[in-house]
Amino acid sequence: MSERGVIVVGGGISGLMAALKVVEKGIPVKIFSVVRVKRSHTVCAEGGINAALNTKGEGDSIDEHIRDTIVGGDFLAHQKPIVKLCNAAPSIIYMYDRMGVTFSRTPEGRIDLRLFGGVKKRRTAFAGATTGQQLMYALDEQIRKYEALGLVTKHEFWSFQSVVRDGSGRGIGIIAMDMKTMELRAFPAAAVIICTGGYGHIYGRCTASTHCNGSAASSLYQQGATFANPEFVQFHPTTIPNIDKMRLISEAVRGEGGRIWTYRNGKPWYFLEEWYPSYGNLVPRDIAARAIYKVVREMGLGIDGKDAVYLDVTHIDRKRLDERLGGVLEKYERFMGEDPREVPMKVFPAAHYSMGGLWVDENHMTTIEGVFAAGECDYLYHGANRLGANSLLSASFSGFEAGSRVVEYIKGKDQNTDKKWFDDELKRQNEQFKLLAAASGDENVYALHHELNDVMCDKVGIVRKNDELSSAITKILELKERFKKCGTSDGSRWGNQELIFKKDLYNMLELAHAIAAAALLRNESRGAHYKPEFPERDDANWAKITKVRFAPDAPKFEYEDVEMSYMPPTKRDYR
Amino acid sequence: MRKVLIRIKRQKDPHSMPYWEEFEVRVTEGMNVIGALKEIRKNPVTVDGKKTTPPVWDESCLEEICGACTMLINGRPRQACAALIDTLGDKIVLEPLSKFPVIRDLWVDRTKMFDALKRVRAWVENDGYFDLGPGPFFNEKERKIAYAFSRCMTCGCCVEACPQYNARSPFIGAHALGQVYLFNMLPLGKKDKDERLDAIMGVGGISECGNAQNCVEVCPKNIPLTDAIASLGWATTVRAIKRLLTE
Repeated sequence: MSERGVIVVGGGISGLMAALKVVEKGIPVKIFSVVRVKRSHTVCAEGGINAALNTKGEGDSIDEHIRDTIVGGDFLAHQKPIVKLCNAAPSIIYMYDRMGVTFSRTPEGRIDLRLFGGVKKRRTAFAGATTGQQLMYALDEQIRKYEALGLVTKHEFWSFQSVVRDGSGRGIGIIAMDMKTMELRAFPAAAVIICTGGYGHIYGRCTASTHCNGSAASSLYQQGATFANPEFVQFHPTTIPNIDKMRLISEAVRGEGGRIWTYRNGKPWYFLEEWYPSYGNLVPRDIAARAIYKVVREMGLGIDGKDAVYLDVTHIDRKRLDERLGGVLEKYERFMGEDPREVPMKVFPAAHYSMGGLWVDENHMTTIEGVFAAGECDYLYHGANRLGANSLLSASFSGFEAGSRVVEYIKGKDQNTDKKWFDDELKRQNEQFKLLAAASGDENVYALHHELNDVMCDKVGIVRKNDELSSAITKILELKERFKKCGTSDGSRWGNQELIFKKDLYNMLELAHAIAAAALLRNESRGAHYKPEFPERDDANWAKITKVRFAPDAPKFEYEDVEMSYMPPTKRDYR
Repeated sequence: MRKVLIRIKRQKDPHSMPYWEEFEVRVTEGMNVIGALKEIRKNPVTVDGKKTTPPVWDESCLEEICGACTMLINGRPRQACAALIDTLGDKIVLEPLSKFPVIRDLWVDRTKMFDALKRVRAWVENDGYFDLGPGPFFNEKERKIAYAFSRCMTCGCCVEACPQYNARSPFIGAHALGQVYLFNMLPLGKKDKDERLDAIMGVGGISECGNAQNCVEVCPKNIPLTDAIASLGWATTVRAIKRLLTE
């Protein structure tokens, strides 16, 4: 165990950006991913990436980007990191440009910009409607270059299980499982960067890729890392519902002129435009999702009595639609069998983005020394609600930051490769898996996951009530009990997806408990967290980051004041 | 409620023999092949009432943008997430891609495709990952052509359908040629175009293409692969003559 180097867990854009910042200093990197990194969830991001390039003669500025992000997040995010994020944004776009990202261009050949939600200026760079895919591929290509040089080693189809800690509590490596051979193995590292994305699949009916289940972050949380703001989960207003997943219809559709409506008294009613004349269809996502929920569930005005409103682009020129929204319209057509250029799309909100995540300091280090976190699995930039097209930005920037900080962190530090700590943790993991594989009973792990999804969507969703949150916690505890009776229909020691999912579900249940408990405690409405019993934001009591630590019986909570050095809280009004 | 029969070609590991199992699945609205597989997984019992293991497959985005869940569906290579049950008849046959080693059931090892991307140097050589200002301007008309090629998911449909691509042939495949075409037209990629052309001029390179044109037929992103191959055919010829004259 003498190899030096850094481990990155997760191969989306935050992970690969972090890896690039480390490897460009000549330090070897191992990347662990449960999928081919090229197939990471970043590819699902459609609309674009924000930077105040101000190339549209609209007088956009970095200051305005900062303000929009702070207000969009409903004053729950520390402000200094947002200032850094927005200042770095133009250079991040240019870096991608120099990697060969095929950003859509203006007639002169500059990077084009489009309008997005919660803002008034065109600030979103894009590559058709598959921006995430294009950024992902650019980083994947750069990483491949270092792979060919032997500086990067990819462990694809390896599932992270835990960090290895030495006697002082410092993270000195990881335990991961080979998803083919099912072998658990210890890997030493000078530092570990966790970039494993959000926890959408605790809700199941979400826009996330199937492996975005928060399992890795939950595992760290159970090892003592503090988790922040778990109750803040973004519901994207416009998705296409199906049993296997809710497919995202990008906010870019509204940025390009798409309109939301439903029938009222037999006539089209553009309720967002009526309720929010200033921002109209481009109010932030928490507000749009709640409005659609209200119109459908409370006023009973869903299309054909179902969970749906129209998202309409039929008034926009076909050629322009294909050029700027091609990928997303093709997707609707493929999955729904109707041409959205001719017939309005039917959409409904679904769980989309995790604002909460592992608590990190200004260097992106978690509460476990030597273990860093970046991307959707940290909590730093989006507060109570993320603005559209800020996620590709924060994923890139946080990866960039974490990678750079790790290079500083490991300078002059001895790497602890004492075999004892690795053997101990490996033994603990082997025992856990032995127990999981030996469990017997009538419960099916996939069916149990489905039940967890139901309770999270129904009771910890867009509208939250304290009695329902309490019953959700009771249900989660019941599921934890029933989990013990999850039988095994696959006893194989080769490519056993059921066994790995079992461990993932165990981790999901622990994190679900923290989400519901945090939501129950927060008696106010802020961003994506909305309680009709407490309909206003309560800055006197709740301008605070939730910090939760794991304990075997129930999560333990403490709170941290939000740092507001850039601007004091103002009323958040998009009317 | 309508039911379909799903017939799956299964294999326990890379070294064992394949076998078939059939499952009956109740069809729900908008169900796709992944949705059907997930139903089977919740209660893995064959149509004959035999308890079995849950089928194994590769998946990620379920939006036909990652390429993971590519398999043979009624004999055609495509993404299982985008294959709607209602369009597939009452009996649906699922098989792993045939051009790659099977890991388990419908999960195959496509490492070979990613190795080909290394061989053709499918990346931009740049000066590093820090603030160096904007890159060069890029004509939107050319950008559109490049974008079509940069949507390649390395899913494997093109090489699965290609008669020249198999275990006995060194052919690198249409997807890799498409990437050479892409990087050779990018403003910062052009400078290394000779190295990429050289990489596809040897054994397993562009001359192995038999012009069957199956690749464009099955590409889920409609990438004009044969246009790229035709153009690269010309470019490699010019490159060969130049090499002859200068060496």
